[in-house]
Amino acid sequence: MNSSNQRSERASNRNLTVDKSTVVLGIETSCDETAAALVMGGNDVLSSVVASQLEVHARFGGVVPEIASRAHLEAITPVVDQALTKSGLNFDRVDAVAATVGPGLIGALLVGVSAAKAMALVLDVPFVGVNHLEAHLYAAMLDDPNVEFPMLVLLVSGGHTMLVEVREPGKYQIVGQTRDDAAGEAFDKVARFLDLGYPGGPAIDKLAKTGDAKAIDFPRAMMHDGLDVSFSGLKTAVINHVRKNPNAETKNIVASFQSAVVDVLVAKTIKAAENLGAKTVALGGGVAANSLLRGEISKACAQKDFHVVLPSLAMCTDNAAMIASAGWHRLALTGDTALDAGAYPNLGLTVASA
Amino acid sequence: MIVLAIDTSTDAVSVAVNNSKQLLAGAHVTSDRRHAELLAPMIENVCAQADIAMREIDVVAVDIGPGLFTGMRVGIASAKSIAQVLDVPIIGVSSLDILARSVSTTDRVVLSTIDARRGELYWSMYRNDVGPSIEVKPPRVGQISDCIVDVVDRGQAALIVGNGALRYRAQISESLETTGLSIEWASEQLAQPSAAVLALIAAELALHEQWQTATELQALYLRQADAEINWQTRVNS
Ligand SMILES: [Zn+2]
Repeated sequence: MNSSNQRSERASNRNLTVDKSTVVLGIETSCDETAAALVMGGNDVLSSVVASQLEVHARFGGVVPEIASRAHLEAITPVVDQALTKSGLNFDRVDAVAATVGPGLIGALLVGVSAAKAMALVLDVPFVGVNHLEAHLYAAMLDDPNVEFPMLVLLVSGGHTMLVEVREPGKYQIVGQTRDDAAGEAFDKVARFLDLGYPGGPAIDKLAKTGDAKAIDFPRAMMHDGLDVSFSGLKTAVINHVRKNPNAETKNIVASFQSAVVDVLVAKTIKAAENLGAKTVALGGGVAANSLLRGEISKACAQKDFHVVLPSLAMCTDNAAMIASAGWHRLALTGDTALDAGAYPNLGLTVASA
Repeated sequence: MIVLAIDTSTDAVSVAVNNSKQLLAGAHVTSDRRHAELLAPMIENVCAQADIAMREIDVVAVDIGPGLFTGMRVGIASAKSIAQVLDVPIIGVSSLDILARSVSTTDRVVLSTIDARRGELYWSMYRNDVGPSIEVKPPRVGQISDCIVDVVDRGQAALIVGNGALRYRAQISESLETTGLSIEWASEQLAQPSAAVLALIAAELALHEQWQTATELQALYLRQADAEINWQTRVNS
């Protein structure tokens, strides 16, 4: 069996030139959102549909892999149907099918990868395996197609916290990341400890607005120490503070906690942007929806004259438009992916060579 | 009528194409949990061997479980997507039904089993005497001992098939011998459900338009996710 050879022959037979009219169907199932989108020419979002499983997982206080996988299987067909309907196109107009191959939950990833490969096979178009983290980098460009490079992206979500230099599409390098908890994970853990519900980010963001951010001086770990960050000490400090001060007001605790997280993220982002000589600074990932982070990063970037991109909430959180966009760029840069590809739960954001 | 059949509910990845009269091509390999890597190229190759283009497929058939959760979903997601793109119906058949159909006509009750891990089985029982496998006991999941009780309750000579019972063959044989029931074991080659048998079943169901849309088709897990089980235990206590 020599499927990869057959595949590339077929792709070249089709003579797919990736250009402004190329339509990519993107599919995302790496965690708890089932998403599909049609994107033309890499940045023209024709439709983007996201079915969130938030409510399914809320009572468990976090994403349950097996439950997520079951929900993806139920949602995948209607979500793709809706994406097509909203785009006004049908399958015949799809030039390639892209899906997240990692990182993420293996069982969840495999639903999207299997669906996408089957569609590509039947449509006789290329399949493109997409790195979810790389796709987040393209989300900023989808909201603001005029970004100037080099760009520094702060990618902050429940699973990831990293600073990425993007010299041009496809050429990127991680320059800083968390040594322990992701920023979103710290929000979730603190919210769970304080009984604020799941997910923790929006709950803390809202309550912090009513609190005093200077009430408690929580530690800003590694503030002046390279570009990596660490949040596990901060989480422990919050827990210790509450145990020692049982009458402390929750709104002041979360405001002070959030302020500590944002101070560190903003300082590191600006430092990384200065190192790079960035023209643009962009946010990505679910935590990029945090209102304090958005406000503070905007202020800091204005002072330093960096163009700042704050993607819409829909582009910060997981979606398939960014997968389709990354798929378009990947097709143009490195071509399609063989149909014997699998899913890669621990896929990293490897440095793309020049 | 061209049927494409996909089975990934056990360690095997199995694909077959028939034209409702005969099998045109098929492939069956033990996958070592590489269902996702193997399936799409296998579909491509089996269709090529059968000399049919993908768009000639009239109906897609898939094993909906019970079986390996992740493996099942690879097949079901693929089958749904093929049916969706081609805008053709889909037929879901349980792994236990496929196994029961793979054994020949017999007066014995057919005990069809799939390994459920953790010392448990998925099973159901069929009559294969008057026609193709008529279910006499609905599918369930449970301990080996529960399965044995079911067979003893039936009180009839049994033909046992499937990777579930085979895994515990010694234990099951011993328990049933003491009851005096006559036991026959199907060939180990039939341990995993086969897409060729699935295609045959689907071709018959298709004659009566017993099919669904890709969106309607659901997996048959028989066992809830662990978190769900733990949650209910907590709520009930
Ligand atoms: Zn993400």
